[in-house]
Amino acid sequence: MTARIGVITFPGTLDDRDTQRAVRLAGAEAVPLWHKDKDLKQVDAVVLPGGFSYGDYLRAGAISRFSPVMDTVIEQAKAGMPVLGICNGFQVLTETHLLPGAMLRNNHLHFICRDQKLRVENAGTAWTADYTAGQEINIPLKNIDGRYVADERTLDELEAEGRVAFRYLDVNPNGSLRDIAGITNAAGNVVGLMPHPEHAVEPLIGTGRTDGLGFFTSILKKLVNA
Amino acid sequence: MTLDTVKHAAGTPDVDQPWAELGLKQEEYERVREILGRRPTGAELAMYSVMWSEHCSYKSSKVHLRQFGEKAPETDALLVGIGENAGVVDVGNGYAVTFKVESHNHPSYVEPYQGAATGVGGIVRDIIAMGARPVAVVDPLRFGAADHPDTKRVLPGVVAGIGGYGNCLGLPNIGGEVVFDSCYQGNPLVNAGAIGVMRHEDIHLAKASGAGNKVILYGARTGGDGIGGASILASETFDDSKPSKRPAVQVGDPFQEKLLIECTLEAFAEKLVVGIQDLGAAGLSCATSELASNGSGGMRVELDDVPLRDSTLSPEEILMSESQERMCAVVEPEKVDRFLEICEKWDVTATVIGEVTDGDRLEIFWHGEKIVDVDPRTVAHEGPVYERPYARPEWQDTLQADDAAKLARPANGDELREQVLKLVGSPNQASKSWITSQYDHFVQGNTVLASPEDSGMIRIDAESGLGVALATDGNGRFAKLDPYHGAQLALAESYRNVAATGAKPLAVSDCLNFGSPEDPAVMWQFAEAIRGLADGCQQLGTPVTGGNVSLYNQTGEAAIHPTPVVAVLGVIDDVARRTPVAFAEEGQLLYLLGDTRDELSGSAWAQVIHDHLGGLPPEVDLERERLLAEILISASRDGMIDAAHDLSDGGLVQALVESCLKGGKGARVVIPDGQDPFVTLFSESAGRAVVSVPRSEELRFTDMCGARGLPVTRIGVVDGDVLDVQGQFSIPLSELRTAHEETIPGIFG
Repeated sequence: MTARIGVITFPGTLDDRDTQRAVRLAGAEAVPLWHKDKDLKQVDAVVLPGGFSYGDYLRAGAISRFSPVMDTVIEQAKAGMPVLGICNGFQVLTETHLLPGAMLRNNHLHFICRDQKLRVENAGTAWTADYTAGQEINIPLKNIDGRYVADERTLDELEAEGRVAFRYLDVNPNGSLRDIAGITNAAGNVVGLMPHPEHAVEPLIGTGRTDGLGFFTSILKKLVNA
Repeated sequence: MTLDTVKHAAGTPDVDQPWAELGLKQEEYERVREILGRRPTGAELAMYSVMWSEHCSYKSSKVHLRQFGEKAPETDALLVGIGENAGVVDVGNGYAVTFKVESHNHPSYVEPYQGAATGVGGIVRDIIAMGARPVAVVDPLRFGAADHPDTKRVLPGVVAGIGGYGNCLGLPNIGGEVVFDSCYQGNPLVNAGAIGVMRHEDIHLAKASGAGNKVILYGARTGGDGIGGASILASETFDDSKPSKRPAVQVGDPFQEKLLIECTLEAFAEKLVVGIQDLGAAGLSCATSELASNGSGGMRVELDDVPLRDSTLSPEEILMSESQERMCAVVEPEKVDRFLEICEKWDVTATVIGEVTDGDRLEIFWHGEKIVDVDPRTVAHEGPVYERPYARPEWQDTLQADDAAKLARPANGDELREQVLKLVGSPNQASKSWITSQYDHFVQGNTVLASPEDSGMIRIDAESGLGVALATDGNGRFAKLDPYHGAQLALAESYRNVAATGAKPLAVSDCLNFGSPEDPAVMWQFAEAIRGLADGCQQLGTPVTGGNVSLYNQTGEAAIHPTPVVAVLGVIDDVARRTPVAFAEEGQLLYLLGDTRDELSGSAWAQVIHDHLGGLPPEVDLERERLLAEILISASRDGMIDAAHDLSDGGLVQALVESCLKGGKGARVVIPDGQDPFVTLFSESAGRAVVSVPRSEELRFTDMCGARGLPVTRIGVVDGDVLDVQGQFSIPLSELRTAHEETIPGIFG
């Protein structure tokens, strides 16, 4: 048996088809979900892919958060369904308060597209179990609003509870506080990060590395073994 | 104010009309009157003025552009040729690829961000209009001197505009160029190219046929932006005395365009569309007249039904508006509901604004009155054609006689070393990653190669690994010295860049950027460049499938260098066999392919070290280019080479530095016996490449070159972390990296 992983398309979502491909390459079934549809089609997990949903108008992720599909996602996530937010998806998750903090414009004010080295800080989440804590991976980063911020107390809590899931290495590409690239909720089922694991799943394509495939194999194993 | 209806126009022949303000010449206005047998209405005048503009009608270039058709080589690959929104090429396995390069030069100078952004938007809509999913964009850019204060206004805006729009559309930016030259100071060139992929059966054309079929306008609402952009902005030279042209620049909304892409592709997939046209230059005037002109019948349009952003727009303004993110589809009546449903799903405004009629007139109504009644062909396709006078300028001989041979050359290894560092750190030769890192290369998950590789490469079929490559090249300096051969050198370089990545060149698109056609010297450059390009394409067997002409790139008397930018599209059976530029394996052997002659006129060296432009450009040998390409493609397919880099601006040394830095490996280089080190390193002789060969493949590779008659010279080995030209100089990679990578951020960062 395999797992059904939903990939939501909002208007302006860009990496939905790439994410579906990554899900399939990991061996799971990719199920397209539409933002106007509250029905999650009995999926076992959901990915909110990257892009510029609603053109990032008002604020990145701020309008998508009110899409009908998100009502169900929020409800299910609170009940333990695994949810991964990549880039714009991470921005949407912070807007829903499933994850704390917010993303501001990069400190250098430019869009930045680069190969980014990260350290996996927490290999205990639903989406990182195939990595080891402290493992260094290299996956693409591409955004203009990627600077993670939160108040000091929240940051201290995240650190204390091991909820900083990924940290930028070598270069902090956008001024994120404490080099934070991604975080998890306390239960470890909801994870968000700015870099794009779905763009590092095939040799030859993109960076030519497959360091991102682990996100999708992690969740598949967890769901199949559940 | 009385509405200027057709009836009213017929009864008031003597009314003064603003034809000059709309950019028409006296004889053109007379011709319109002659065609109609009366004076045009205000709305008709608006339509003729934009459609007969240089930008839309190609009136000065048409007589020369014909050569692309007349000299087109025999090929089975061409599915749709010149004249449609973009050419279409067969790439095998049932896939077809459409691609095109266009200019958005004038608007990008006036308003860099929006000008460049809407340039991307326009070319992408051309691709969608063919029925294809856009899969990549490229941006050949030319600016004034890097250290000029105005370049700091224009470049960051243009780059942010391209990124802001293209990134938001989800199109990987895989290539292009960035060139600085003071000749572009008041006329930067912002060209934009795009590639789209479809199945053969999905090709769509811009024609309205079938009486009773509905004409649907969908996408953004029509506003007051970009009114007359094609006529009064793109078709005149800049002049300080005239009022600001900012209102003629369009404003883009990439989010709307992304919805337009998805909604259009969904309608195509359900076979709901008979004909389709995007609204770009000349807006509704162009879309309605071209659809009707290409189709079998006429068309009737109710202008009141056009959704507006500004309810006070006059019918003339609605017809001329260049508001972005709009398209026009022709749909059979029984499929209209489904079409509108798909638009609603994507939150795209869609409105039936008219229908195809069985007559042969384009009729447009406003408040129930007929305000346009024309034969659409006279608007869209039978505009004026000029045989502009042209003459070889008298300064051409003096320029060609001023050869680079007289320039002082480096006398020893130390001077060579110093000039190498100066060259690779000069704005034109320096790394452009500060610019390209502002573009998304990865989106869609099919990018195999992107800048700074020799060409961008996209996988189009994950199963078989089938892919396409696209390179764009131009060298205005060479074209200034000799427009005929300069155009061929641009073609040769682009062709070589595609082959260097392992792809087989198939077809060409071009963006021809020149000064004012009213100057006989510019017209001569234009005629020569086209003749050169058409002859070259014939010889290489790569047809021109379409492109764009941008004239009037001049400020006062000063025209830009003639700048034909040539895009070559290639196909590769399996992207796993692609060849990158990086030297990645220590111990691999470096071979130089082709002949190196003492050719420094017009070179990057002459520009960087001596600020000199004169003499004749490098010799062109297209048979040699073809042979070199065949070798590069065979070697890639059979795994004989691990890296290849074409030799062009900056010659061998520039290529070595780029390949070393990309792979993070040094090289030990030996100047071949009897060769001059300076010429070997800096000459820009065409038809050359440097390759990295695994030792196990050395014999097989050199035997293949020998058997096919391609000169091949062993020049060194990949080794260490230093570029060491033995007996001359050595430079640590770290020093090269600093020189190469810190220039552009130093100026613009």
